[in-house]
Amino acid sequence: MNSRTLIPVLYNFEISGPAGGERTLTISGRISLETLGKFLADVEQFFPRTAPGGLRVDLSGIQYLDSAGALALLNLRERAESQSIPFRFVNAAEEARRLLVLLDRPTLHTPPLITGRRSANLFEQAGESSRALARDFWAVMGFVGELIRGLAYSLIHPRSVRWDDVLFYMKRAGMDALPIVSLISFLIGLVIAFMSSLQLKQFGAYLYVASLVAIAIVRELGPLMTGIIVAGRSGSAFAAEIGTMMVNEEVDALRTMGFDPTRFLAVPKVLAAMLVVPLLTLYADVFGILGGLLIGVMFLDLTVYSYVDWTLWSITLFDIVSSLIKSIVFAALISGIGCQRGFGVRGGAAAVGSATTSAVVAGIFLIIVVDSFFAVILHYVR
Amino acid sequence: MLSRNPEEPIISVEGITARFGEETILAEVSFRILRGEIFAILGGSGCGKTVLLKHLVGLYRPYAGTVKVMGTDIAEAEEGELVELRKKMGVLFQSGALLGSLTLFENVALPLQAYTDLSPAAIDEIVRMKLALVNLDGYQNHLPEELSGGMKKRAGLARAMALDPEILFFDEPTGGLDPVTAAEMDHLIKSINTGMGTTMVIVTHDLPSIFGVASRVIMLDKGARGIIAEGDPSALRETTRDPRVVHFFNRQAAGGDQEER
Repeated sequence: MNSRTLIPVLYNFEISGPAGGERTLTISGRISLETLGKFLADVEQFFPRTAPGGLRVDLSGIQYLDSAGALALLNLRERAESQSIPFRFVNAAEEARRLLVLLDRPTLHTPPLITGRRSANLFEQAGESSRALARDFWAVMGFVGELIRGLAYSLIHPRSVRWDDVLFYMKRAGMDALPIVSLISFLIGLVIAFMSSLQLKQFGAYLYVASLVAIAIVRELGPLMTGIIVAGRSGSAFAAEIGTMMVNEEVDALRTMGFDPTRFLAVPKVLAAMLVVPLLTLYADVFGILGGLLIGVMFLDLTVYSYVDWTLWSITLFDIVSSLIKSIVFAALISGIGCQRGFGVRGGAAAVGSATTSAVVAGIFLIIVVDSFFAVILHYVR
Repeated sequence: MLSRNPEEPIISVEGITARFGEETILAEVSFRILRGEIFAILGGSGCGKTVLLKHLVGLYRPYAGTVKVMGTDIAEAEEGELVELRKKMGVLFQSGALLGSLTLFENVALPLQAYTDLSPAAIDEIVRMKLALVNLDGYQNHLPEELSGGMKKRAGLARAMALDPEILFFDEPTGGLDPVTAAEMDHLIKSINTGMGTTMVIVTHDLPSIFGVASRVIMLDKGARGIIAEGDPSALRETTRDPRVVHFFNRQAAGGDQEER
């Protein structure tokens, strides 16, 4: 036989025996997954067409049988039995017999344990979401309480703080973030300067670009952009780290050793963030102003001296101090929610992933909401 | 106060019920663990053995009932009392639960640094001793990710033993280990129990371990949501008539899959 040509190997039905009496169905060939569809269709028509009084299925001609094939044969038997036609298999080869024995079990027909998941209607969804939101709020409040307790304890007992960990996170959240924070704030300063110059051109008031950039960056965009970057870098990292520790039972181990997980794991991260984010913000402020300076000097015919002079004239100590206080609050929010999401992880990798995402989203949301409050408060305090 | 009365059990569980949401895992379970014995908690998958263990070490609060460890109700203990109690208990979790960012040395030294006034040199000596006891001498500077599963468990055990606890808890100590390593773990458990008199509470379903090491066992069952057998494992195997217990101890399939028809 030419091994290159594939001959479609199917099966063959051969009926013999007296009509109305016990008939013999000789099946030969190959019954497998590929031929299952056709086999079942043939079986559909078999009983109405032949109407046997009894059925004897001769399996001696079967060359190949897999589990789908065996299932098909059992299916045949079931149909016969449902029509009260006496049925037997004969002349099964040893392998075929073993396969039939393996599959012949009542569990083939077990009804599903879970019936029909009803998808919730709109009101049910709204209700569920509200409950989930309330539960989440409750959990966050609980954690905030724990964290404040932990931070207060650290203030009173500074030697109990894991300072090595604090330094480690200060480097990770602070130093390692310098390149990206400086780049982004530089570009933002650049863009603000450029966009505002297009308008101020009409008034020949290019010098005001300097004060616009300075005020926008120092009061709002510096702390905000830094906060968002830190949320993305460190908020997520804290959630992932603590979340993975939850999955590995490391947090359970800490508890059984008598350690308080909040003090051991969360406090160092929050302290590190609160120490380092204000510095990052100052850095962002400087680079933002530099971005504006570049535009001013290269495209707006301003001198470095006049730009810098006007910048220093526009920003006040109050601006800088309030912006630093804002950044400390942002730091606490971001690192806090990162840790809280991490502690909420139950399960496996998927849960860690969603906790990480949630930490970033919640962190950014909180920063922006609190920033609005600050905007209002500072406006009246000024 | 620590009870040293040999008659009094070191752990006493009275009528605890464990629930997760609507589902009851354990219903009114009671038993005692005596000082110095090697006590095993057995059962099929889903019977609640790990849940029970977590109640014993105070990670879960029972829905009802009490767990008294060394005379103190662990779920109701004050923070200070609880920390004192925890110093006397060591727990080995299923995969060791070592802190991934610390070396083996730092992991084992953690309780020593937190709870003793020992000098770094003294801590160094003790950590080496603990690691040597579990045959991990030389691995002080390794990180957990650099170790095999069996080694992580042993390191976890070294950490659990750091303060010479009076009770050691094990969650499936031989799970996933090859027969030789599993036998070594059994031997370790036995020698620590003999050498230091530590009470051992082991959650397991490793039959050779159970017969080789445990002096007394309780068997939990998912359907019964509680204890279906209690006593010496060999005696139970001989005398029990409960089919669930028979199948477990004789490693038989419950449905009795018939090969011949």
